[in-house]
Amino acid sequence: MNPFSSGTRLRDMIRAIRACKTAAEERAVVRKECAAIRAAISENDQDYRHRNLAKLMFIHMLGYPTHFGQMECLKLIASADFPEKRIGYLGLMLLLDERQEVLMLVTNSLKQDLNHSNQFIVGLALCALGNICSAEMARDLAPEVERLLQSRDPNIKKKAALCSIRIIRKVPDLAENFMGPAAGLLKEKHHGVLIAGVQLCTDLCKASTEALQYLRKNCTDGSIRILRDVSNSPYAPEYDISGITDPFLHIRVLKLMRMLGQGDADASEYMNDILAQVATKTESNKNAGNAILYECVETIMGIEATSGLRVLAINILGRFLSNRDNNIRYVALNMLMKAFTVDPQAVQRHRSTILECVKDSDASIRKRALELVYLLVNETNVQPLTKELIDYLEVSEQEFKEDLTAKICSIIEKYSPDKLWYIDQMLKVLSEAGNYVKDDVWHALIVVVSNASDLQGYTVRSLYRALQSSPEQESLVRVAVWCIGEYGEMLVNNVGVLDGEGPITVTESDAVDVVEAALRHHSSDITTRAMSLISLLKLSSRFPPTTERIREIITHEKSSLLLELQQRSIEFHAIIQKHQNIKSSLLERMPVLDESTYVRKKVGSSDAAFSADKTGQRVSSGTPVSIPNGVAKQQAAPLVDLLDLSSDDVPVASSSATDFLNDLLGVDLPSQSSSGVVSTGTTDLLMDLLSIGTSPAQNDLLSPDNHTSSVATSGKIPSVSSPPSVKGVALETKSPHASGPSPVLDLLDGLSDMSFSAENPTFPSITAFQSNSLKITFTFTKQPGKPQVTQIKASFTNMSSNTYTDFLFQAAVPKFVQLHLDPASSNILPASGNGSITQTLSVTNTQLGQKALAMRIRIAYKVNNQDMLEQGQVNNFPQGL
Amino acid sequence: MIRFILLQNRQGKTRLAKYYVPLEESEKHKVEYEFRTHKVIYRRYAGLFFSLCVDITDNELAYLECIHLFVEILDHFFSNVCELDLVFNFHKVYLILDEFILAGELQETSKRAIIERMGELEKQE
Repeated sequence: MNPFSSGTRLRDMIRAIRACKTAAEERAVVRKECAAIRAAISENDQDYRHRNLAKLMFIHMLGYPTHFGQMECLKLIASADFPEKRIGYLGLMLLLDERQEVLMLVTNSLKQDLNHSNQFIVGLALCALGNICSAEMARDLAPEVERLLQSRDPNIKKKAALCSIRIIRKVPDLAENFMGPAAGLLKEKHHGVLIAGVQLCTDLCKASTEALQYLRKNCTDGSIRILRDVSNSPYAPEYDISGITDPFLHIRVLKLMRMLGQGDADASEYMNDILAQVATKTESNKNAGNAILYECVETIMGIEATSGLRVLAINILGRFLSNRDNNIRYVALNMLMKAFTVDPQAVQRHRSTILECVKDSDASIRKRALELVYLLVNETNVQPLTKELIDYLEVSEQEFKEDLTAKICSIIEKYSPDKLWYIDQMLKVLSEAGNYVKDDVWHALIVVVSNASDLQGYTVRSLYRALQSSPEQESLVRVAVWCIGEYGEMLVNNVGVLDGEGPITVTESDAVDVVEAALRHHSSDITTRAMSLISLLKLSSRFPPTTERIREIITHEKSSLLLELQQRSIEFHAIIQKHQNIKSSLLERMPVLDESTYVRKKVGSSDAAFSADKTGQRVSSGTPVSIPNGVAKQQAAPLVDLLDLSSDDVPVASSSATDFLNDLLGVDLPSQSSSGVVSTGTTDLLMDLLSIGTSPAQNDLLSPDNHTSSVATSGKIPSVSSPPSVKGVALETKSPHASGPSPVLDLLDGLSDMSFSAENPTFPSITAFQSNSLKITFTFTKQPGKPQVTQIKASFTNMSSNTYTDFLFQAAVPKFVQLHLDPASSNILPASGNGSITQTLSVTNTQLGQKALAMRIRIAYKVNNQDMLEQGQVNNFPQGL
Repeated sequence: MIRFILLQNRQGKTRLAKYYVPLEESEKHKVEYEFRTHKVIYRRYAGLFFSLCVDITDNELAYLECIHLFVEILDHFFSNVCELDLVFNFHKVYLILDEFILAGELQETSKRAIIERMGELEKQE
């Protein structure tokens, strides 16, 4: 007989498949079998349908496609024969799921089977329905299931109940229909029905609030009674597990009670007694007991329990923590984290046990415990906790060290009571696990040190000592090298010794030794070496006798293969060799790094959106303008920027000027050029923008089509008084409106000395600007009683023979002047003076009499589809404006 | 709620898989470890791993007991069950499972009741 015909018994096929040695063999066998089955299906072979479907199911379990069998399932289900029906349903549940449309075809068969007289067939149908029905099927067949809930047979009842759960999950609207029957189920005696009923009630509560309230009213007593009965019941061999009767029922009822009692004080009150009883009576030496206790604790935490009950619950969790079973400890830690929000005091009591868990052998328990400890830290217990954690850091495993270090550093930063403690702890962490410490952590340390002038001597000496004992911790080396460079003389001269500090003698050459060692050490990376170089340079200024030796060390690095080091050493060598006169001022003490700016920098630099995209993200409402500065400036550690000795003020001003000027003129300056501006600090950006000089920035400004929007929008320009108050000036308002940034002021200084003449109400008009293609005239009027305000009427005339379109006039004034631009009369300027555009400006000179009005103007227009730009400066304002 | 039940041997061959939530075909052949909405609870019996994927709010310890009960039932039914029994009688294993868990929830907690029921079903054949 052909081993692969339909005649093969299931068993034989399985054996044949298992006998295959390779995957290819198996595929061949399966293919043949599938072919035989397909043939049998198409021939409508009645005899072996049962067997074929079983084989098909097996093949499906192996992972092969079996879609052709789906219709066969349907045919089998429709059969009157019980075994065939059964295998049909089984196949249905295995080969199909609720997303297949074929499933709809089964609905009719299911309906018939649900009404069948044979209880087993009804059971089959309910089972299939409960496992894979879709929403439409659920809706169609819900009435049948409801009816079956009232059946006498407990098997049918419990299956119907569970089926209802699925129906409710798929179609929550039907929940109301099942409320009544569900409540009734709780009065049953049969455990299977009971547990199904309880689960149905739980799901009803989740599905609809109406059901929840109904059940709360009617079922709270019932559920309490069930729990009481089952926990007090005598030994029942049928349901006994490890000495407890039906722990599953216990747990399910507890869950239902949690749902009913949540947020409702009355219901919770009823439950207090039974919960206390279960919590105390249940034995916890077996898993079943622990499972019940766990659910009990969850319920107590979930409802409005009395504080006594809560404490009881947390004590149970504390006991769990000392249990030998890993699962139980893990579960307890999880629960404690949740319990912390409810009752932090109680959890604090178990702090020491939790600390023990941090040292556990199981990795996931360690992680959880560490998170929990992090939650527990507050000002009072931070010191002993940190000590414990740092002690553990020494013996912990590598993978864990990183997590642990991060958490410790975060704790230290947040809760340190004073700077001395902070510095001490950070030094310990750095010595122990410096390699895992993140950059911003040791940056923060340096900021703190630079701010704490009385502790600097102590710090540098401690660092020196630490460096002797753990020279391979990279971050420690960096911090130490920086401090020794900065505060070298404190180290050598024992400045600022604190009480209780051990004596230490360090000579100048010792200090240089240490830094040189850091430089030469094989594991130092480029940043450390670079920092060492600077440090040496600083030392050569602090300790003049060592200059020669330091010069030799630096000379040695000049031939380094790393560009950064080579460059530094060459430059530093040049400083030592040729520029002794400026060396000492160059190497003065670093200015105190401002902690608050540093914090903002941290915030700003972590906000990636800010860093490059200046125009898109101009949200700045209310945020201080210094944030962009912080980001643009902080490309590397602030320490490395030796030559940036200027205080933060100037760069802030010019970059803030840069930023809002960019906005106002709607210019996309690439961030490089703006940070270039910041670093030199003296570039007159306005100069660039208006291109009086020849600056490469000019090309950026001529970005063609963005700025040809109508000048008429200038109507909605707000008036601006000083740079920091510019809030999100819209990019659409192209008309300018700057209030003078300081660079402009610098350049216009020469113009400022104008003598104040008596108030003269009439002023001659002036030609503000004249070129071959354009002429601009200003006429002035002043209102009586407002001497500082001047109305200027500007009139533009086209001197060329081409018409100008998209005409746009912009102006910039010094800081002490306010400018307001009205809409122009039009933006098309006819050729050869055949018409003119007029525009009114209003200027307010807040320093009338002391400083004269000055203005820079910029005119953009299109001629013959080419963009043109003209700029100029108006110097010839009449006096007294 | 139970999302799926998986029985696998040490080589990763699936001996039983029952899904109460629809999953993509491809996903069925991978083991899921999404920790956001659900978790996997497993227990090892000799060469077989019994895994249960449940909601994240469920009681893990209870499901451990659940797995154990299932194994006991199988043991009783097949009289000292071994992996081969499960392979050759997979359709029976599914039937037992259907009597034990329905719609992702526990159906019956009494071993005796389930075995009895299986007996009755066999008689119908």
